[in-house]
Amino acid sequence: MATGVAAWLPFARAAAIGWMPVANCPMPVAPRDNHKRQDELIILNVSGRRFQTWRNTLDRYPDTLLGSSEKDFFYNEETKEYFFDRDPDAFRSILNFYRTGKLHYPRHECISAYDEELTFFGIIPEVIGDCCYEEYKDRKRENLERLQDDQEENKDMKLPKLNFRETIWRAFENPHTSTMALVFYYVTGFFIAISVITNVVETVPCGSTTNQKDMPCGERYTVAFFCIDTACVMIFTVEYLMRLFAAPSRYRFMRSVMSIIDVMAILPYYIGLVMTNNEDVSGAFVTLRVFRVFRIFKFSRHSQGLRILGYTLKSCASELGFLLFSLTMAIIIFATVMFYAEKGSSSSKFTSIPASFWYTIVTMTTLGYGDMVPKTIAGKIFGSICSLSGVLVIALPVPVIVSNFSRIYHQNQRADKRRAQKKARLARIRIVKSGSANAFLQSKRNGLLNELLELTGTEEDEQKLIKSTSLLESQHHHLLHCLEKTTCYPVCSLQAHEFVDEQMYKQNRLETALQNDPSRSPSICSHDSSVGTCCSHRVKRNAALPSVSVPSTHPIPMHQGPLQELRAIHIQCGDLPSHTTSRSNLNLKTDDSGRINCRGAQITTAIICLPTPSALTPDGDGLHGPPQQRPPPPLGHPAAPSIQTTTSSAGTNIIKVSAL
Amino acid sequence: MLSAIWEAEGLQTVGIVVLVCASIKLLHILGLISFSEDSVEDELELSAVRHRPEGLEQLEAQTRFSRKELQILYRGFKTECPSGIVNEDTFKDIYSQFFPQGDASTYAHFLFNAFDTDHNGSVSFEDFVMGLSILLRGTVQEKLNWAFNLYDINKDGYITKEEMLDIMKAIYDMMGKCTYPVLKEETPRQHVEVFFQKMDKNKDGVVTIDEFIDCCQNDENIMRSMHLFENVL
Repeated sequence: MATGVAAWLPFARAAAIGWMPVANCPMPVAPRDNHKRQDELIILNVSGRRFQTWRNTLDRYPDTLLGSSEKDFFYNEETKEYFFDRDPDAFRSILNFYRTGKLHYPRHECISAYDEELTFFGIIPEVIGDCCYEEYKDRKRENLERLQDDQEENKDMKLPKLNFRETIWRAFENPHTSTMALVFYYVTGFFIAISVITNVVETVPCGSTTNQKDMPCGERYTVAFFCIDTACVMIFTVEYLMRLFAAPSRYRFMRSVMSIIDVMAILPYYIGLVMTNNEDVSGAFVTLRVFRVFRIFKFSRHSQGLRILGYTLKSCASELGFLLFSLTMAIIIFATVMFYAEKGSSSSKFTSIPASFWYTIVTMTTLGYGDMVPKTIAGKIFGSICSLSGVLVIALPVPVIVSNFSRIYHQNQRADKRRAQKKARLARIRIVKSGSANAFLQSKRNGLLNELLELTGTEEDEQKLIKSTSLLESQHHHLLHCLEKTTCYPVCSLQAHEFVDEQMYKQNRLETALQNDPSRSPSICSHDSSVGTCCSHRVKRNAALPSVSVPSTHPIPMHQGPLQELRAIHIQCGDLPSHTTSRSNLNLKTDDSGRINCRGAQITTAIICLPTPSALTPDGDGLHGPPQQRPPPPLGHPAAPSIQTTTSSAGTNIIKVSAL
Repeated sequence: MLSAIWEAEGLQTVGIVVLVCASIKLLHILGLISFSEDSVEDELELSAVRHRPEGLEQLEAQTRFSRKELQILYRGFKTECPSGIVNEDTFKDIYSQFFPQGDASTYAHFLFNAFDTDHNGSVSFEDFVMGLSILLRGTVQEKLNWAFNLYDINKDGYITKEEMLDIMKAIYDMMGKCTYPVLKEETPRQHVEVFFQKMDKNKDGVVTIDEFIDCCQNDENIMRSMHLFENVL
């Protein structure tokens, strides 16, 4: 039942009295309205703007948020109103829906914001009134297209490894993907141009030779043109065959327009080769040469504008059809009229109706060659009417086609713009993300430092070091920390995985790749083994506090690169010899070194470096993503022979302290 | 030869005539000349008649509703019909929405006539509220009177079998097609027979108001059902 007429239900019920006298059976009992409350005003406070309405108004649509008991969740006891923390402007149209039963879409509102509001309040968009529904749907479709474009581009970015065939196909479709593809693209473009130019120049008269008449250049320099033609056709053939080979669906490729154009571009040549000596069909052969002009269509692969034009014409097929049809009608009418009008005049060129077609077409398109002109007065009158109507008929469908073209063209522009802006956007997003990741790492260090300082017991340093992070941040960091601790290896042998900075991660991978030679014994920092060296931290000895760009200056020869090193607190449990391929002998029981560096530490966004074994390949987005989902290292791992631990093997419960 | 000349001249004439007519029409469209004495202006469509009800006190006096109830009724009424009056089509629309499975338009027509006491083709708020007052707060006598009025289509004081049949068919129409057991053609007719047997005491083929009221007052079911909707509103 339409709830908009709920107000009339009492009336309908009352009118049912009219059935009573004729009823044969007794009536059922009426439902009682127990809590018969008077209609009351409800206050809806939406972000400070107060809306008031009758409770009955809201009750009209019981399957929405405001009409059901769901709004009780938003009831504020103290102020006796319902508080919603939403956009008050959008709420206006939603409340009007309850009042009038029609939902309107305000044009200035962003479509996705509006959609969200509708979803929040439990209203389906289908109830939007007819007046606004079209606009809503249009905007929604546009938005979807935009999002789809984005998604498609994202898909491009992440590609699995392709085999040879797919690589070639991709190279053909997107020449920008590799240099070879780009080179090939330009080369083919060049040859298309050459081919078209030669076709044209072939027919130019080239100056006379001993014969009196001018020969076209094609006949004069037959050999040269033939060579050029051969070269072009060879390139085109090679290209076509390669495309055919690489196409994911050969049948579909062969049916596509571009491939047909390709075939038509090269066929005349081959047919010509076959048929050169046959004079009878040389006429037909000459016709075939006409098809060589189709090579110019191959340019559409190279030019986006041409493609857009073609697509526009395809999508405006109905308008073009209408144009053609109306023109034909008008031509026939006017040709008939002109013929009969000019029949009387002598030496009239309007010999038949089809002959008048030519006059009509030329007049309607305002060409006016002047080879056929009416001479009688009637003919002139009708001729002028013809030209006026021609202008009108042609001018009508053209704007539709133009607007279609403009829409498609702008869509393309937008896509290009988006692609160009995307890089900058992604870079900025990455910076923000890494900023937050760094904040986490730093707060972790702060936390560790606090622990340390508690051990050493200095108050004022603690105060200095406690940076005030907001509650949200600290809770978030605590969460990440818990996650790290969760992914501890069950034996709790130092294998808690930790977040690391992306750059660090990359460097580590590079390092592990480089450091594959076992001969470097003390450089245990990274092994290619499956040792989960994640917990090992390199420790910087004796050095000054690391600033961001200090290269490692420790004496142990390692492929450091510009790695930032820090000491980290590293709690090991279990009595395994420390796998920490850190130069742990340097820092074993280290309070002193720790202490030295802890005092007056500068807080920099230093980074814990975690060499990661190359055997395990976490996913590429090292940003702050989930910690590396490694399978727990094999149990036999503690005894992995390749580890050379130079740690003093006290082993158990070694605490290393990190310094900032 | 002559025919050719005539053809040419004929066409010439036709051409000139066409030209002249077209130019006259163009001027007419542009508004530069007008044909008839009464100038062609846009006919002002009379906007919908708007109606304002009498004051609240008067309505309170005339009906048995309290002030608050009248307020609530009026608000609902005005929301649905902002112009203040209901015409028959709107009335049918509204009433049909309560009976989606059948065709309520015929019955709504009868109902409209019953509410439209002054027979001016539209139901104003006063008519509406007076009708409701009788139905919801009236005595049994008044209600029966109202029902009689409803059945008596031509308002001549007698209910004939044809009138009753019309009403009955309208009521059965509201049930729609999907009933169980399936409604047969003669079901309304049979129902009318039963009704007349019960009501028509003197068997003269019509039911007068007195017969009607007498009969209903003696019928338990009917009396009980009259009180059914008393707590509506």
